[in-house]
Amino acid sequence: MMDKRVANAIAMALLWIAAISTVGILVAVIGYVVWNGIGHISPAFIFTWPHGVNAEGGIWPTIVSTLYVTALAMLIVTPVAILAAVYLAEYAKQGRLVSTIRFAADSLASVPSIVMGLFGLALFVEGLGFGFSMLSAALALSFLMLPIVMRTTEEAIRAVPKYIRWGSYGLGATKWQTVRRTVLPAATPRIITGIILATGRAVGETAVVIYTMGQAVNLPVTPLDSGRPMTVHLFLLAMEGINLPAAYGTALLLMVMILAFNLAARYMLRRNRRMSR
Amino acid sequence: MILGAAASGSLDARDKISVRGLEFYYGDFHALTGISCGIKANAVTAFIGPSGCGKSTFLRCLNRMNDLIPDTRVEGKLLIDGRDIYGEGVDPVDLRRRVGMIFQQPNPFPMSIYDNVAYGPRLHGMKRKAELDEIVQKSLERANLWKEVKDILGRGGLELSGGQQQRLCIARVLAVQPEVLLMDEPCSAIDPTSVQKIEDLMAELKANYTIVIVTHNMQQAARVSEYTAFFLQEAAGEAAVLVEYGRTAELFTSPRDKRTEDYITGRFG
Repeated sequence: MMDKRVANAIAMALLWIAAISTVGILVAVIGYVVWNGIGHISPAFIFTWPHGVNAEGGIWPTIVSTLYVTALAMLIVTPVAILAAVYLAEYAKQGRLVSTIRFAADSLASVPSIVMGLFGLALFVEGLGFGFSMLSAALALSFLMLPIVMRTTEEAIRAVPKYIRWGSYGLGATKWQTVRRTVLPAATPRIITGIILATGRAVGETAVVIYTMGQAVNLPVTPLDSGRPMTVHLFLLAMEGINLPAAYGTALLLMVMILAFNLAARYMLRRNRRMSR
Repeated sequence: MILGAAASGSLDARDKISVRGLEFYYGDFHALTGISCGIKANAVTAFIGPSGCGKSTFLRCLNRMNDLIPDTRVEGKLLIDGRDIYGEGVDPVDLRRRVGMIFQQPNPFPMSIYDNVAYGPRLHGMKRKAELDEIVQKSLERANLWKEVKDILGRGGLELSGGQQQRLCIARVLAVQPEVLLMDEPCSAIDPTSVQKIEDLMAELKANYTIVIVTHNMQQAARVSEYTAFFLQEAAGEAAVLVEYGRTAELFTSPRDKRTEDYITGRFG
């Protein structure tokens, strides 16, 4: 029998190593990208166009393409996801149908993104004739975001205490009045958190957009314009060894953007917790 | 039930609310049986009894709040001003405006004090600022809260103390001009000083409203009410009955039923 104090020390050490590795991996990844990319970041890199065969210069059109498609996807997904969540949480009779819808949403969330890209290519680019465009990519991305936003919204709605709804019903409110004036406002911070998290996911998405937005370096104006998002730019630069420093610079900017989204989500959650106390 | 007639209060044409042979079910569970009583206008009626005796369930029958709980069923007659509130053509949404409810847990909405009180009037279509201002002030005054909050109407209702929150909820109900106030253990989640304030408030409000209060506190029932109804579930799984109903002074000093006597002298419950 091992001394129990020794066993304790070993367990502690293992737990500590496991915990530290997690942080270590994160630091390594971020550190590597920062180390390689920071030297390349400059106002000119952010705000000018790439030029020449080796994509020298900046990445401005790819930043615009990424923000454009993300914003468009968010606009598409938010109303649908919220209405669906309100229906599921408030109106639908809890039972077979609702658990089926919920299971479908969860499965949709786990569809590999490359499959979603292929589907977007078939349906939006070719089937509906939107071509390689912001619209096609945003629609395909919204499929990816829909389950995330819908499920977080549903959870947020369910988390609104029953006695607050009863207060509203007790004043002679109808169900819709109660949902619109009490439940949704109370759930808003958590709903926004869900939207932000889904948006962060969309910003970093590559497989879906590569099939639906195209690769042309282009500054999109209308939703039917094509473009090249940052992720695809990064993929092309790195895969073909065209311009590794620019690839690292793009990677760094991409990470900063996603980090900003996650921090925003954390901030909303914190504020929400403080307000509901 | 054998008790139905003996336990019922006098059925009187002047009763604001009269209940005849009410049965209530949660799914398969028969929760209340043979409830008959008349509730007087401009008086406080207290419902007492041990936990789980169906007094809150009965209270929620009076404004059809139980409709919100799936699988519930009501039988019998429940008349307010002579009209069966479970009858055809009665909209529970309208009914709940006339029969307001205060809950055990103060439940202000997560919005400003002003918006909390204006919530009801806005629901029913009031939009003009001057009208809303007036009704918000009047309701807060009636709830004895105006002096404390008149300078902080824009602050969140949740920032108030528990007792203030409960008075805010009362103001919120008064703002829709109900005729009946149902209070479901309104003092059990707040501090003693605030309890005093709410009891005083009930004494003032009964001049204009019919008040029904559920309380687990017999002293409180004795202090605030003119009439008391004692509910009891005699065995687990059995439907609860209205054991005795009458003037509070008589019920507490000379109960007619042995079980009432046992309860008020603290032998069970």
